Formats: sequence, structure tokens, C-alpha cells
Amino acid sequence: MADTTESAAPALAGRLQALGEAVRQALPHGTIESIAVERGQELVLHVRREGLVETMLLLRDGADFAFEQLMDLCGVDWPEQPERFEVVYNLLSLSLNQRVRVIARTDAATPVPTVSAIWPNATWYEREAWDMYGIVFAGQTDLRRLLTDYGFEGHPLRKDFPLTGYVEVRYDEERKQVVYEPVTLTQDFRNFDFLSPWEAMTTLPGDEKVHLNRIEGPKPQGTNP
Amino acid sequence: MSGNTDSVAPIGAPDTIAWNREHLAPGPAQDAVIKGITGEVEDKGFVVANIDKVVNWARTGSLWPMTFGLACCAVPMIHAYMARYDLDRFGTIPRGSPRQSDVMIVAGTLTNKMAPALRKVYDQMSEPRWVISMGSCANGGGYYHYSYSVVRGCDRIVPVDVYVPGCPPTAEGLIYGIMQLQKKIRRTGTILRG
Repeated sequence: MADTTESAAPALAGRLQALGEAVRQALPHGTIESIAVERGQELVLHVRREGLVETMLLLRDGADFAFEQLMDLCGVDWPEQPERFEVVYNLLSLSLNQRVRVIARTDAATPVPTVSAIWPNATWYEREAWDMYGIVFAGQTDLRRLLTDYGFEGHPLRKDFPLTGYVEVRYDEERKQVVYEPVTLTQDFRNFDFLSPWEAMTTLPGDEKVHLNRIEGPKPQGTNP
Repeated sequence: MSGNTDSVAPIGAPDTIAWNREHLAPGPAQDAVIKGITGEVEDKGFVVANIDKVVNWARTGSLWPMTFGLACCAVPMIHAYMARYDLDRFGTIPRGSPRQSDVMIVAGTLTNKMAPALRKVYDQMSEPRWVISMGSCANGGGYYHYSYSVVRGCDRIVPVDVYVPGCPPTAEGLIYGIMQLQKKIRRTGTILRG
């Protein structure tokens, strides 16, 4: 089993690369920005926003591609980049047993064309991406919030959204209803990672000598003070 | 309505048994009480007891919970209901309606979005009513204390009687919490309206 997997790995990478090239050839020049085979197993296509619908239709309907299913659609936030959001589409072809990941870039103001006409289940995902990141999908007629509170303001998975948000709730005994108030924390969020033995601290306090000897080995004669 | 048990004198050993004030474990003492009551009923056809204690006995013996399984804490709660721990033997039978419930078990993470619904269900429960907060999230937000979407303790929304710690608490932990609530009702319960 292990042998077949190892010998098949380069073949798989080549096959995926060829699949990516076939997609690039079938589309107008410049629609596919880049083709990558990550870890030799996952085909990733970066596609221009303007050519997204065309690409997706080809991927679903092309006989060599046949990606009938949209498994997942999600957003990624890279705040330091000019177009900060990535929209990631994971597609699966059951009939040809292959997968592809298509990535389009956008910013907070520019809409990405919807793919809900190609895969109807995309509406759920696009609503979630809108809710969490504020990514706008052009042509999506049902862009309501999906997960956050009624009347929630902001997009919580953006990197510049504060962890604790802006409001908290409590029951008001006088008004006899649950009310929203600005967040007041009795204790600020603390990050203990600098002490975590699983993260950064590889030498325990008082244990430095053992650690030193383990790394450097026995010292030469006469160097000890 | 005195605490004196003179009228119950014939049954068992009245001065040593605080009838229904504390849970009476199975054993000779419990047998004596039951035998005494049985004898009293056979002899005279009635027994005499303090009404508030009878009421407390009834309340503690049929604590019907409004199950509010919000997250993974619901799983140990279900364990507590199922055959191994069997909360039915305490008279604790889960209800699907707040109108039939005496106690609400808040089992899991209470989010901002769910908070008004939780309060509404609590308001629909009839008096007297109690609340058990089950698990870290319900107690104080727990793992999600600093989250933008989670209530930092369900006691911000409803008054809580018993907090069961743990993440999640074991089924035994929840049963202990229910027994603590029974104890509290025995201690503080009254037929006076609040």
C-alpha cells in the first residue's frame, strides 16, 4: 500500500498539473493567473474575478473536468495585501474522482460574481462569507446574515474585528427584556503563550544546565571556569 | 405550622428523625419511618404532617426539567437521563414544554442570539421555578468568555440556583447538582408566594 502511494505521488502531481494546464488552455488568455500543485496533491487555480463564472461553468460542464459539486466556499482575510480577501472554492468531481481549489481575490468594496446559478448550494456559503467577512457577491439575491445575531454590526472574522466585539447582552429587570450594552470586561484578555511549554518555552526555569549540555555535548577539558 | 413533630409522634422515632428536612438514605431509619407511616395509615386511616414539608417533598420528588441543551453539555445531560444513571428515579423527567417544567437546565454555550429565547422560555415557566447552570460556558462564558457572540454566564439572563462546574460536567456531576437543588428546596421551600 505504501509503495503504490509513493510511486503514484509524482504521477498524481503531473496529472494535476496537466489538468490545470488544460483548464488554462480552454479559457481566454489571462483568466487563470497561476497554477500550483500544493504538496504534490492539491491543484490550486488562481483566477481573475472577471473570468470566474466562465471558469466555473467550464469546470462543471467540461467533459474532462466534470466538477459537479461545490464542496465548500470560504473567505480568507489578508489585511496587509491590497486586495485583502480571498474567496476559496473547493470543487469535487465524483465521476472523475478529482478535486480542484479555485481562488479569486477581492477587496471589501468590489463584488465577486455569484456562483449560485451554477451550484445552488453556494447561496449558503456566500451568505456565510458575507456575514463573516463582508465579501459582496454580485448577482446573489439572498445576501442576508446567516450566523451572527439579529441586527449584528460588523464582520467578525475580519482580522481588524476585535475579539470581544462591541456589545454584550444582559436581562434588564426594569425593562423586562434582554438589552444590549457596550462591552465591559472585568479582566482583559491575556495571552499566556510566552510561558506555554507547548509553544515557545523549550527550557524550563532551573533546567538550563541540562539543556545546555544536551545541545553542546561534553565540554573540552580546561574550558570550565 | 411549627417544626415540632409531636403530632407525628407515633411514627418511628420522632425526635431523632428530621422528617423530610434532610434526604433519608435507605436503611433502618428509613424503614422505621415507612413502617411507622404504614402502621399509622392502617390504624387511623390518615397521617398528620406539616403541609409545607409535604409540599417540599412533592416538589423535590418531581423536579421536571425544561431541557435547554445548547451544546455539548447536553450529551452528559442525556447520559444522566438514560438507563445507567436514570434520573427518573428522582422523579426528574425531561419535558419539552416550559409550561410543564419546574427547573431549567441550561446545558451549554448561551450565545447573544439565543439569550432572548432563553429568557422567554424562562418567563413561560410557572412558579415555583429553578435554574441549574450546567458547565463552564453557562456558568461564566467558559472557553468563549472573550468571544464577541457569547453571553458571559447565563446568570446575566436568568437567576441561577445551582452552578454545576466542568467542561463538560459528568453525568454524576449533574445528578449531584440536582440533589443540591433538592436540598436547597427542602431548606428554603415555602408555600408562601414570592
